[in-house]
Amino acid sequence: MFLPHTEADRQAMLKTIGVERMDDLFKDLPACTTDHPLNLPAPFTEMEALDEIAATADANETVRELTSFLGAGAYNHYIPAAVDAILRRGEFYTAYTPYQPEISQGTLQAIFEFQSLMTALTGMDVSNASHYDGATAVAEAVNMAFHNFRGKRKKMVLSPALHPQYRETVHTYIQGTEIEVLGGDIPLDAGPEALIPLIDDQTALVVVQYPDFFGRIYDYAALGEAVHAAKALFAIHINPIALGLLKPPAEFDADIVTGEGQPLGIPLAFGGPYLGIFTARQKYVRKMAGRIVGETVDTRGQRGYVLTLSTREQHIRREKATSNICSNQGLMALAATVYLSLLGKSGLKRVAELNYHKAHYAAEQIAALPEFGLCFPQTPFFNEFAVRCPLPAAEINARLLEHDILGGFDLGSAYPGMENCLLIAVTEMNSRNEIDHLVEHLAEVSHA
Amino acid sequence: MPEIKLELPQDEEAPKVVNPTIFEMSVPGRVGVTFPEPDVPAAPLPESFTREDLPLPELSEADVIRHFTNLSHLNHSVDTGFYPLGSCTMKYNPKINEETARLPGFAYLHPLQPIETTQGALGLLYETQEWLKEISGFAAMSLQPAAGAHGELTGVLIMRAYHRSRGDDKRVKMLIPDSAHGTNPASSAMSGLRVVQIPSDARGNIDLEALKAECDDTLAGLMITNPNTLGLFDENLTEICDLVHEAGGLVYGDGANLNAIMGISRPADCGIDVMHFNLHKTFSTPHGGGGPGSGPVGVTAELADFLPTPIAAIVDEGDEETPPLYGWYSPPKTIGRVKSFHGHFGIVVRAYTYMMMLGEQGLREAARHAVLNANYLQALLRDTYTIPHGDRICMHEFVAEGHWEDAPDIHALDISKRLMDFGFHPPTNYFPLIVPEALMIEPTETENRETLDAFADALIRIAEEARTDPEVLKTAPHKTPFGRLDEVKAARELVLCCWLPEDMD
Amino acid sequence: MSSRADSNIPADLKYTANDEWARIEGDVATIGVTDYAQEQLSDIVFVEYVLDEGDKASKGDACAAVESVKAASDVYLPLSGEVIAINEDLADSPELINSDPYGEAWMLKIKISDPSEIEELLDATEYGALSD
Repeated sequence: MFLPHTEADRQAMLKTIGVERMDDLFKDLPACTTDHPLNLPAPFTEMEALDEIAATADANETVRELTSFLGAGAYNHYIPAAVDAILRRGEFYTAYTPYQPEISQGTLQAIFEFQSLMTALTGMDVSNASHYDGATAVAEAVNMAFHNFRGKRKKMVLSPALHPQYRETVHTYIQGTEIEVLGGDIPLDAGPEALIPLIDDQTALVVVQYPDFFGRIYDYAALGEAVHAAKALFAIHINPIALGLLKPPAEFDADIVTGEGQPLGIPLAFGGPYLGIFTARQKYVRKMAGRIVGETVDTRGQRGYVLTLSTREQHIRREKATSNICSNQGLMALAATVYLSLLGKSGLKRVAELNYHKAHYAAEQIAALPEFGLCFPQTPFFNEFAVRCPLPAAEINARLLEHDILGGFDLGSAYPGMENCLLIAVTEMNSRNEIDHLVEHLAEVSHA
Repeated sequence: MPEIKLELPQDEEAPKVVNPTIFEMSVPGRVGVTFPEPDVPAAPLPESFTREDLPLPELSEADVIRHFTNLSHLNHSVDTGFYPLGSCTMKYNPKINEETARLPGFAYLHPLQPIETTQGALGLLYETQEWLKEISGFAAMSLQPAAGAHGELTGVLIMRAYHRSRGDDKRVKMLIPDSAHGTNPASSAMSGLRVVQIPSDARGNIDLEALKAECDDTLAGLMITNPNTLGLFDENLTEICDLVHEAGGLVYGDGANLNAIMGISRPADCGIDVMHFNLHKTFSTPHGGGGPGSGPVGVTAELADFLPTPIAAIVDEGDEETPPLYGWYSPPKTIGRVKSFHGHFGIVVRAYTYMMMLGEQGLREAARHAVLNANYLQALLRDTYTIPHGDRICMHEFVAEGHWEDAPDIHALDISKRLMDFGFHPPTNYFPLIVPEALMIEPTETENRETLDAFADALIRIAEEARTDPEVLKTAPHKTPFGRLDEVKAARELVLCCWLPEDMD
Repeated sequence: MSSRADSNIPADLKYTANDEWARIEGDVATIGVTDYAQEQLSDIVFVEYVLDEGDKASKGDACAAVESVKAASDVYLPLSGEVIAINEDLADSPELINSDPYGEAWMLKIKISDPSEIEELLDATEYGALSD
């Protein structure tokens, strides 16, 4: 078990302390102590616990048993075995935050490499060591923009095609501030330039997603220009797998690039832990929240790494810190680092292409079905697309589930008026057969 | 096209590279993992959007495994040694947790699947909520926050929303003890509240007179860590909570130190209204080299409507033949969601496994032995180190001062660095701020007596060295893979990537 | 050094209890942080201004933040006035504050709006006598 103490240990220790019994250690506690046992189960041995919990796990049907076309911010990608082999090393996962760099160079160098990979992917200058997830990374970008202008600019323009949960998270984060969010009622088919009229000299930040929540790819150059003409900051939120194929958002002149890193070797795990990516231009490095690792040397002339720019953080600045973040997603950043190291330049491109081609095959087949059509047929997309269906998406999904298929995301649940629309994601994990079955069963629906 | 490999200067002052980075190891054409050819026709690529180059390293799988395995050898970790970090609760991370978290029935579950397909996971979340409620006395819980600081932000926003829902817009003052963790004031500031610091008294409790002076109708609440960061259970806890409540405020509990009181004292019973838990501290989930953690929030019934959305709940009670149906519940006055999806499910599974194995008795014994271990260490060190409240029975941790009048050049930092030569990770340094040269020591209950004795011996020997051979402390560590690192250079000459930003142009 | 009395305190300057100095020349005040301040902070790595040229501010307003590896300290205006110059050299060479806090590491110059505030400042002796 986890307590090493024998009765002899206890007795000797109590004697050293100078008390007679264990209870003596608690005799000075004030009145609000518990005088009865808690209403919790009796202990389980490891064998029994595993049995019990395995049964709980079996009560779920996963993307392994079902054929899944669900995306909407979390994706079923292949995780090479070597990723977990490294993650399961106790020296990594049972280590603490690397505040003592002399005995934490493993963690520190891995984070440094993570930072480098994120800047390589996004084309930005600097990266932090991670945020909790994509949603909180966007919320921190809002926070950062607000502090950048010292509170003088209070407007944040968020594209309506930014993940609904990210927009919700931003609304939660800003409720104690004077920040105002705009953009929610811009029509979804209006394109990114439709945000331009919302930008003025009170705008701190404009945020778009690439590919957006509907999987669409837009050229954000014109929008970026308009944002900078107003001297505001431009943030683009990305899917890192897409960047294996698509040009980096730095080319749209982004100041901040955030991302959800779950597709990089991190399991779906019913929603978490995931990985928030946060990168920026060099000039904003001191305004970035979160831990940052920098290169240096030690007293023996060895190249090494340390947490740096710590004076931005809560343990130094306290109420003057721009963010309260302490723990981040260290182990998930390591997963992403190992994943990208294994795939490398050619592997990530290949995965991105597989996603792209399979999704386009699926889209073409579905669009050819009578009564089905793409919601945004004119706009290029990556590995996700919105489909208009002859019946409500909820009903379609129910029927698909009868055939062990997880259909797409019911867009009506996030966008009023889109109740008949499904957001379908296709990854390298979906075979042609699976796609054909999906199309077959969708076809049945429209004939029923 | 920037060069990926770092060109190390050829002069003799170039730093010695212990482990090349993945970029330096890269050789064009190497691949670690291959993928199949597409089984569908190729669709035309969007030409204007395709990237010209992807500057990622190219390595074989063996290169990658060897690289990260070698890096791992440079780390101290709980699996390799003692980590007496105060307020971090670096207890042993059970390996069974890693098995349960990885069960395919959990790992391959998409968060947006229909509830009929995720009853096991929903039931696990629900039961975890129930157990945490029972341990703490709270009426309702959210498992969504991703870490302790995230839980604090959530809790503070709940307090603010509560006051505003009652028309109490004036209540913007948050009282925070001077011994508090930095995330407390940071979270309050992020929520638009004004931070006022409350001093501790000579016994290490919150100064009651100072507290009374701030109890007015602008009081949103008090943030308290109990036991506090000195390792002491506040002797006036119920009075403090009563004072705040009488003034119309709420009490926030920072649950970082829950390991000392599980099964012994329930925070809600003492008057705390809202509290965050740190699953990666108290409930044995691993620290991961800096996360992921998990910071669930518990509240009293009065605050339940404000919790983040969504919460795992029973949506259909079922009957003798059908089990209950689990689903999602959205509290009617929710502050909103605080991140995407449902929280760190993978971490919750680990905590759930731990709580199931420890059970009612095990959780209380863990707390009791955490307190035993801390008091034992305190007793061993009392004569060699100044321990400001060493005359009191401490709880799971205590703070010693890392300096002596007759060794004026030696600071807590030097003691910490020398401890590494003995194979120990140093205790928390320079926190809490109210103790000079603070060394905050928390052994946890999973350490055996021999380790504690060895640690105390090392600290006593260091105390001698401070007088007889201070240089060995000032230049420590000597036996670790790396010596002291130049933090000034790191901050002044920022190199944050494997190549410098200007080389990218 | 362990106290202000041990630090360098030029006699011709005025001081505040928050370790700022001011050189008064006509209606212009040049402002910086003292030798004691730089010693307490140790190696300074960054200076951030929170006021710009042309800003009008009051005595006690934050005008800058000085960061070392372990700490960050706010710098407050000792006098009210309009900012007329900011020392851009400190952006590239923050370590000047450690090496020459009263000379090359001046932080900003203001046009004094309320000369009566000058009397409220400490002289060299009073500053040196401040306890820690």
